[in-house]
Amino acid sequence: MITKFTQLLSVGALALGASFGTAHAAETVKVGILHSLSGTMAISETSLRDVLLFTFDEINAKGGVLGKKIEPVVVDGASNWPLFAEKAKQLLEQDKVAVTFGCWTSVSRKSVLPVYEKNNGLLFYPVQYEGEEESQNVAYTAEAVNQQATPAVDYYLAEGKKKFYLLGSDYVYPQTTNLVLLEYLLSKGVKLENIGGGFKKDESGKIISAGKYTPFGHTDYQQIVSEIKQFAASGDACVISTLNGDTNVPFFKEYAAAGLSAEKCPVVSFSISEDEFRGLPAKQLVGQLGCWTYFQSINTPANKKFVADFQAWLKTTKTPGIVKDGRVTCSPMVLSYVGVYLWKAAVEKAGSFDVDKVRAAYKSGLSFDGPGGKVTTQKNMHVTKNVFIGETKADGQFKIVKSFDNVYGEPWLKGKFKAK
Amino acid sequence: MSAPTTRRIEFIAVAVIATLLIVVFPLLNSAGVISNFTLNLWGKYLCYALLAISVDLLWGYTGLLSLGQALFFSLGGYMLGMHLMRMIGDLGQYKKPIPDFLIFLGWTELPTFWKPFSSFPFAAAMVILLPGLVALLFGFLAFRSRIKGVYFSILTQALTYGGSLMFFRNDMLMGGNNGFTDYKFLLGADVRDASTQRALFIATAVTLVLVYLGCSWLSRTKLGLIQRAIRDGENRVLFSGYAAAGFKLFIFVVAALIASVGGALYVPQVGIINPSEMTPDKSLEAVVWVAVGGRGTLVGPVIGAIVVNALKSWATRAYPDLWLFFLGGMFIIVVLLLPGGIVSLPGRIKTWWARRTAASAETAAPLAS
Repeated sequence: MITKFTQLLSVGALALGASFGTAHAAETVKVGILHSLSGTMAISETSLRDVLLFTFDEINAKGGVLGKKIEPVVVDGASNWPLFAEKAKQLLEQDKVAVTFGCWTSVSRKSVLPVYEKNNGLLFYPVQYEGEEESQNVAYTAEAVNQQATPAVDYYLAEGKKKFYLLGSDYVYPQTTNLVLLEYLLSKGVKLENIGGGFKKDESGKIISAGKYTPFGHTDYQQIVSEIKQFAASGDACVISTLNGDTNVPFFKEYAAAGLSAEKCPVVSFSISEDEFRGLPAKQLVGQLGCWTYFQSINTPANKKFVADFQAWLKTTKTPGIVKDGRVTCSPMVLSYVGVYLWKAAVEKAGSFDVDKVRAAYKSGLSFDGPGGKVTTQKNMHVTKNVFIGETKADGQFKIVKSFDNVYGEPWLKGKFKAK
Repeated sequence: MSAPTTRRIEFIAVAVIATLLIVVFPLLNSAGVISNFTLNLWGKYLCYALLAISVDLLWGYTGLLSLGQALFFSLGGYMLGMHLMRMIGDLGQYKKPIPDFLIFLGWTELPTFWKPFSSFPFAAAMVILLPGLVALLFGFLAFRSRIKGVYFSILTQALTYGGSLMFFRNDMLMGGNNGFTDYKFLLGADVRDASTQRALFIATAVTLVLVYLGCSWLSRTKLGLIQRAIRDGENRVLFSGYAAAGFKLFIFVVAALIASVGGALYVPQVGIINPSEMTPDKSLEAVVWVAVGGRGTLVGPVIGAIVVNALKSWATRAYPDLWLFFLGGMFIIVVLLLPGGIVSLPGRIKTWWARRTAASAETAAPLAS
């Protein structure tokens, strides 16, 4: 409490100092950071704020963008969706930021989207999402469904799996992912009775979607796990999980307690990265799979340098409120990092910070060699990138077991795959 | 001060503030002095003020701490939101004539209960009817069983929590966790235009002034007297031959309607309604605004809602890491040092000043003699 108070005082003093020293404002460019620093999403989103500040410092140390230093404008969306819309308006209309990096949940993105479209702003969105959206005002560095879910199915099929159980939290990302996966599995010749989790039917009784859904914060997975156990008795089954956040703890506990393991019936989770892993019981997850466009364990000089530079920055940064110990890097963090460099490349190509010009440059196909390998922008505001499948280890890291190079980001997947 | 003078001062103050809100601010906005962002933000605060009044009408005036007002606020928002979703037409991401979230659930046609919401009068009527009915039913059961005090708070909290769990479910076909966003048109006007937002601001200000005058009138009627009597000693009211349950039910429904109308005005101004607006902590936030402003008065909730939310808007930008400490500190100060809220501040300064001058007169007196 005392330290918080002194922090408060020092921040107050800093703010006072800053108000006297704004004469050099012409040489900076304002860039917004719109993440939740408090509330339920803070645990995930604060890491993205940290990595963005790190990236800005890295770029500023090398001369900035078009000769201008990046001046971050950090706001707190506080896991409150109407507040996200308010803060987005503030960034665009009051602060007039050139670009914003932000949002984690789909609902926060949906909340700010009309604001960015109305003010012709530009938002870089870094977290895996359900697709089915293509705004001219959002640069989706995030994984589309075909850069995470369908490669995971391909991997399972190659491993000889024949039965797929679909499980997720009840919100838009799992619902849409499973809708696409149902079509994808059928197109790969998987039989309807080999898809577990139940089906959803419309008023006429036609199957329209699949999957088992549990609410946020759900804790009782006994029945679902026993259903999976029955489903997996034949030995050629696997689970595709889009369970979110802390519901993974009771699920994996129950899973291990029921005698299920990665050898008997592996689970691939799309929402557990290295950063989320910090809050999970690692032992129960060993051998289970993850699928992202980046893992901290990628063994390339570019990634090693990135991880080392970020750790070094954490040690020296004076920004208040940054956790310095036990930090890891994960896909959403790297996609935030990559986003900043892609924006920089687009600005430099356009020779201007003007959103229309930057967007045109962005769409022309820019490349950046990031920690996860080469990333290339596309006409549809998404990016082409490498996809990795990793096995979780007891230390919270992933062992990469398969990689797919240069996967094109396709947001429109519903109705794309036709059943055989 | 005599009662008529206070009344006259109050009347003048209300008239001045009403003119400022309804005429001056919108004019300054169209002249470009007040930015669209600021006006929109104030529109949001005024909606919160309506919610705060609805809490205070129950808590401050009737002694019923309802933690379910967020439910009525959100229900009002959802009812108008359904109409706004229909007005998107085929301009959604899928360019289909039904809302996007139905398509990701696999629907190809509009579910039956959605159909009448294409009509604005129907949606507007539902803003009143649905929350009104929910309040009537719940209030009837609760007050008939003489549930009061902390049990009433717990039950209302459970009510809004249940509501949020229901609306979180995608199978409810109300947008699930994402709720409703990306509105395009309201009564033929583009919702995102500055002129539409200005009109919504004026509508909110007019509603707030009318609600304020209505509640002020209500508190001076015999009903208002009974209301306060219930707060101060419900048994005595019962023994005096009044059926307290009926009065409480009436106030509960009125408060629900105020919250609901506030919610309906809120949604097109902030651009989103989703089930997290229904969670009990949102109701608690409104209770905090009332406590900060001053419960048991009508100005208090309005001041509280505006001050707390303006502070929040400012601090989440100026001190994104520390703003929660600011708010927390303010609540502690109010609870410890200013139990009557901000509105009691002038009175306290006056008594403090009077005591000081009296004390100095006393110490001065022996010297003079």
